[in-house]
Amino acid sequence: MDLSNVAIVGSFETDLGVVTDRGPMALGVQATLGAIADAGLQASAIDGLITCNSLVTPVMYHAEATAEYAGLTPGHCLSVGTGGGTTYTALRYAAAAIQTGLATTVVVSMADSMRSFMTRDRAMAVQSSSGHPLFEQPYGPTVPAYYALIARAHMDTYGTTEAQFAEAMVSSRAWAHLNPTAQYRERVTVDDVLASKPIADPLKLLDCSIVSDGGAAVVLTTLERARDLPHAPIVLKGYGEGHHYEHISQAKDLTKSAAADSGKAALAGAGIEPADIQLAQLYDCFSPALLIQLEDLGFCEKGTGGEFLASGATRPGGNLPVNTHGGMLSHCHPGNPGAIFGLTEAIRQYRGEAKERQLAHLEHTLLHAQGGIMSSHATVVLGRAN
Amino acid sequence: MSDYKKPLPEIQPYSQPFWDGTKKGLLLIQHCNACDANIFYPRRDCPECWSQDLGWIKASGRATVYTYSVTYEGVEQKFVEDLPIILAWIDLPEGIRMHTNLVECQPEDVAIGMEVEVVFRSITEDITLPFFRPV
Repeated sequence: MDLSNVAIVGSFETDLGVVTDRGPMALGVQATLGAIADAGLQASAIDGLITCNSLVTPVMYHAEATAEYAGLTPGHCLSVGTGGGTTYTALRYAAAAIQTGLATTVVVSMADSMRSFMTRDRAMAVQSSSGHPLFEQPYGPTVPAYYALIARAHMDTYGTTEAQFAEAMVSSRAWAHLNPTAQYRERVTVDDVLASKPIADPLKLLDCSIVSDGGAAVVLTTLERARDLPHAPIVLKGYGEGHHYEHISQAKDLTKSAAADSGKAALAGAGIEPADIQLAQLYDCFSPALLIQLEDLGFCEKGTGGEFLASGATRPGGNLPVNTHGGMLSHCHPGNPGAIFGLTEAIRQYRGEAKERQLAHLEHTLLHAQGGIMSSHATVVLGRAN
Repeated sequence: MSDYKKPLPEIQPYSQPFWDGTKKGLLLIQHCNACDANIFYPRRDCPECWSQDLGWIKASGRATVYTYSVTYEGVEQKFVEDLPIILAWIDLPEGIRMHTNLVECQPEDVAIGMEVEVVFRSITEDITLPFFRPV
């Protein structure tokens, strides 16, 4: 389906990192109102609101509660829950709402406060609850331990090394060093990553994403309406999803993911190949997730993700800039909203506002996120409006 | 009343035989009488053919390690006493994979492909959990 008659016209990030003076709902409302203002619109123009529930303070009807808090009365509210993939699934639902006439102008908004509004023990309980309640949780699984299973399977099958996984953080920090809003900005070396403390062997602390507070929102409307608004419209060119399992113990193969399905569908929708992508904003919850996405999305051959990362291709000056904001490894990872900063950064790049991180040429961006443990995948291709 | 704080499975009608089996020292695997698939985890419908004509077979209790990880940090307080935790994903010759903990061994003893066997630990009156140890 042609998606390019839907445009992103507004974008806003809240304060990020460690934000102690307001919780998830207040952050989400800050994001929502900020994005509406950025689009040059009034509240009355918004007839759709799509949000992601908070893990810290979940509410029964999240989008409706957000609208109430913000004083919005949209004709359409929807809370989407596809874990880490929620941002891009929500983006597609927003486009669908616009294309089917359910709404004309939709805000996609999400925020959470895993860092400052949740105890460590509660955070551990929430993350391990992704395991199957009957046949995984009794064994004390953690999310890093699950990704460590994946990392070790990839090492065994393809000879990938711990030093190659470490390159994910080296690349992330090289970009985050250039981003004043990133939570961690110090450059690191492969040796720094290898020397960081073991969390779930073979993964170390610096193979893992950070824990943050923060949120962001975007505004979508018809391309026709977008022509009258302040920012040059950015359009959706392609979208795909892939779902092979939910609980990791049900995976057929840990070294290949449904990202291959979602990526293929999104690229086909846009009518382009991986080589046509100038910016890839990927889901770097843990280093092996990033490495396997690079393979499954077609940026390198299966089994060569380690070499690809080590080549420096994803770093500043590389052939395939990845997560130019710093990603969830360094920039901001408040919980399920983590992927939205890949989107807001891409918008910043299109607008030419990324300062030291600015890419010289940008036509196509690939955005990818996943929920569960490499379970549910969603891919978006963005481009400029013709 | 047990003072066991860690998560325990809720016994459901279609998984009851599995837990009855572990209490008796048997590892039972659900089997589809219609299409011959072995199924794990237990459920009401065969995921291969959607038949509800499901029975049980006795597994050999042997398995090989497909992959594993060793958790040193980042668990809930109630699991801290178990650190380091060896989480393993094992292949059973019956054609299924399951998650477990490897016990009675040290992390450095574990390797992908190594042979393991089931060992049962009685947790509460109702629940006996299967773990695996090196052969």
